[in-house]
Amino acid sequence: MSPDLLKLIFGRLGIDSLPLHEPILVGTFVMVALGGGALFAGLTYFRLWGYLWREWFTTVDHKRIGIMYMILGIVMLLRGFVDALMMRAQQALAFGGSEGFLPAHHYDQVFTAHGVIMIFFVAMPLVTGLMNYVVPLQIGARDVSFPFLNNFSFWMTVGGAVLVMASLFIGEFARTGWLAYPPLSNIGYSPDVGVDYYIWALQVAGVGTTLSGINLICTIVKLRCPGMTMMKMPVFTWTALCTNILIVASFPVLTVVLALLSLDRYVGTNFFTNDFGGSPMMYVNLIWIWGHPEVYILVLPAFGIFSEVTSTFSGKRLFGYTSMVYATVVITILSYLVWLHHFFTMGSGASVNSFFGITTMIISIPTGAKMFNWLFTMYRGRIRFELPMLWTIAFMLTFVLGGMTGVLLAVPPADFVLHNSLFLIAHFHNVIIGGVVFGAFAGINYWFPKAFGFKLDPFWGKLSFWFWVTGFYMAFMPLYVLGLMGVTRRLRVFDDPSLQIWFVIAAIGAGLVFLGILSMLMQFAVSFLKREQLKDVTGDPWDARTLEWATSSPPPDYNFAFTPVVHDNDAWWDMKKRGYQRPLMGFKPIHMPSSTGTGIILAGFATAMGFGLIWYIWWLAAASFIAMLVVGIGHTFNYHRDFDIPADDVIRTEDARTKLLAGAK
Amino acid sequence: MNTDTHAAHADDHHHDDGHAQSTFSGYMLGFVLSVVLTAIPFWLVMSGTLPSRQITALVIMAFAVVQIVVHMIYFLHMSPKSENGWSMMALIFTIVMVVIALSGSLWVMNHLNSNMMPIHEMTGMK
Amino acid sequence: MTVAVNPSQTGEPVFYLADEHPHPEGYSTSLGFWIYLMSDCLIFAMLFAAFGVLGANYAAGPAPKDLFDLNLVAVNTSMLLLSSITYGFAMLTMQQNKIAQTQMWLAITGLFGVAFISIELTEFAHMIHEGATPQRSAFLSSFFTLVGTHGLHVSCGLIWLVTLMVQVWRFGLIEANRRRLMCLSMFWHFLDVVWIGVFTFVYLLGVLR
Repeated sequence: MSPDLLKLIFGRLGIDSLPLHEPILVGTFVMVALGGGALFAGLTYFRLWGYLWREWFTTVDHKRIGIMYMILGIVMLLRGFVDALMMRAQQALAFGGSEGFLPAHHYDQVFTAHGVIMIFFVAMPLVTGLMNYVVPLQIGARDVSFPFLNNFSFWMTVGGAVLVMASLFIGEFARTGWLAYPPLSNIGYSPDVGVDYYIWALQVAGVGTTLSGINLICTIVKLRCPGMTMMKMPVFTWTALCTNILIVASFPVLTVVLALLSLDRYVGTNFFTNDFGGSPMMYVNLIWIWGHPEVYILVLPAFGIFSEVTSTFSGKRLFGYTSMVYATVVITILSYLVWLHHFFTMGSGASVNSFFGITTMIISIPTGAKMFNWLFTMYRGRIRFELPMLWTIAFMLTFVLGGMTGVLLAVPPADFVLHNSLFLIAHFHNVIIGGVVFGAFAGINYWFPKAFGFKLDPFWGKLSFWFWVTGFYMAFMPLYVLGLMGVTRRLRVFDDPSLQIWFVIAAIGAGLVFLGILSMLMQFAVSFLKREQLKDVTGDPWDARTLEWATSSPPPDYNFAFTPVVHDNDAWWDMKKRGYQRPLMGFKPIHMPSSTGTGIILAGFATAMGFGLIWYIWWLAAASFIAMLVVGIGHTFNYHRDFDIPADDVIRTEDARTKLLAGAK
Repeated sequence: MNTDTHAAHADDHHHDDGHAQSTFSGYMLGFVLSVVLTAIPFWLVMSGTLPSRQITALVIMAFAVVQIVVHMIYFLHMSPKSENGWSMMALIFTIVMVVIALSGSLWVMNHLNSNMMPIHEMTGMK
Repeated sequence: MTVAVNPSQTGEPVFYLADEHPHPEGYSTSLGFWIYLMSDCLIFAMLFAAFGVLGANYAAGPAPKDLFDLNLVAVNTSMLLLSSITYGFAMLTMQQNKIAQTQMWLAITGLFGVAFISIELTEFAHMIHEGATPQRSAFLSSFFTLVGTHGLHVSCGLIWLVTLMVQVWRFGLIEANRRRLMCLSMFWHFLDVVWIGVFTFVYLLGVLR
């Protein structure tokens, strides 16, 4: 075939795009191919594809979509964490003339992929998954406002993750750092596909995130059950509302920034170039307008989880509910006023830096108020040290430390010394791991029995907890020290041998965290095997306080046979206290949305379009785009999108639960 | 307090469905106003009637703001009541965000430019 | 769905609705669509920010004064304004259940939209022909992107409009179609609002500069 024809069909994709010369990647590919092949064969052998398609891939049930988000997050955590291990190993080894084991070309991709994956495809799915699962249950709703959109959002997130994963074996990922600053990310300095993978993975996933944000806002605003005024909403729902407001108000900014960058790369415009009036600094400014709210998008739901967990396991009403709500709202607004603290050193001058330094310090006030609220909730409480509570206590200690180094970095002169150093790396891992990751784990341990009907095994859970916490401190405290000594981030080799010991300690810490992750996987496996022992039939294993515990575990498709009516902040606690009797008759048909495959098909085309654009396979991009349009418009011609669950089915489900409950007593 | 949401829920329905405010006279009034509010700025700029550019700029920006409000009321039927006030809340929040992001970007980038690209001083320093 | 939430007559608190009606279809749609528009608003805000910061960087290339023909912009603006009022008429006739008239007004709206896009494309073609391409300077990059994004939105609106006309023709002015027409109405008028910003800040202030 002629080169022109090949180029027309495959764009710039060729046999040399496959990283056959990198033994690490070939090895990984073999492993992934074997694992994936086994999974595929297993699913085919047990004839599970039909089941997966009908019950999971096409589902519009917020609970199943939530669970799929969690699975996505945990799978991607493994990938992102392998990157982290490789970096820690490289930095621990590359001393005294040793080059380590990662060539520069590969190392740069590893640290970029680590950041992108951990934020977009681990933290975001975990947080979104928990919100998706819990919020409708907490507000006594049957589903989210736009169930089809929910399914579509999820698959768009998966589409982005697929693109990032594809970059591992087809071509390469960006070598620019996780925010891809120009001019490095411009076509002149990054002519290959790495940055394009970055752009399209985030654009595809970003659409999903924005839509799911809109969806959850509407759900919380419109579908609360009777009696649940704004100030009677559970705190997790409040933080979910604020987080989704932030998502809707900030992800469009990311979309624009990446679109402008791709115009620079594809069309040759001059937004962020060095010549023709472009300004690379404008990119930095714009992307942090998204980037800072993003931090709070991740951590606010974690605050919500800690609030629920603290009050449940202290057996007390949350201290200072109102102040908690106001603190959350204030953080929401303030998070928009601090973005410049990510680039104090860029040169905006004293007046600008002072303003943003002060706003940054102000944010610590509502956050501190929250911390005191949790402490006062625990004060004189009857605290049960179950797994969710352990994670919460670890969070309080760790996050305060991270917060204090944050306030330190908020002082512009200090930032001039510490910016881009390992001190900064230690700081943000301190808040993201200590806040978001611990929060997600607290949430997983807390709500797992709700989702599956049995508790998680405490032994492996505690093992995982201790490995994680000690591993975290060992991995990141040395980085604070190194940062104060002036070591900058993203270095591949070191000259000064006196630094090595700190990197070795950090690497051991990362190893401990790895054991923590393995223990957690073990915890899931063991809990599944011991599910009869760990079973909970009551639906309320923790003696909890909010509405999601009023229904069975796992909840029926329709969540609540009758829409609950709420009289108190801690609605379920109030119901228990006042002798609520579960209704046993009078069931009616329940109106529910029907499943649809349109979401996954649309997201599949979007991913294919991204792939075509990355590799300049224009026919694929155009065809996928047109297919998306046709399928999308075609979907709007379907006016019958819901059905009734017959009353008989409801009666059968509820009777089964009645029997279970009777058996438990 | 308890009954509040519920009552509100109930009259929500009536509000949404009708968008009752949309009437022929409403649309016409909005249209006439926006034609006037468009025509004047164009005329001001094209004829250069006002003495200085700054004044013209301020005046046409004021006209833009007024016209946006007119469109919001007569075409988009914004009112503090629609969706129980949530539409208005979303709008106000968005406006705050837009103002912060726009003015902040301009402020930050202006300072950057004046600090980082002192072309005149550089040539003078030789 | 009027249910007493307060303790019932017997004094027993009510913890669930024994007799409920599901939320009507599309209960959240107008709020959801409004929030989507707000996010779109931020997209435009960022493009305005890019234009505001980069719009004076001509890189020794053409400036607004050399390029913009305010007469053309005025004609274009009037196309959009007229399409707004005709869409309004479509909504009014829809309320009176007059399918034929609704379709007619929708078609007229669509024609004004097409006229708007055509004029804009002519303007772009003319500028590019003169050498004022998006690649020429940061000012032109941000100009083409901002105005082009608005044009792209109008084009999407036109595709949507045609789809809705087909749906109204096939299924009539049923509740779902009314809701969709209302969403498109919000979209269309929202683009109008954005255009106010465009002609003021890009064209008029550009020429003044």
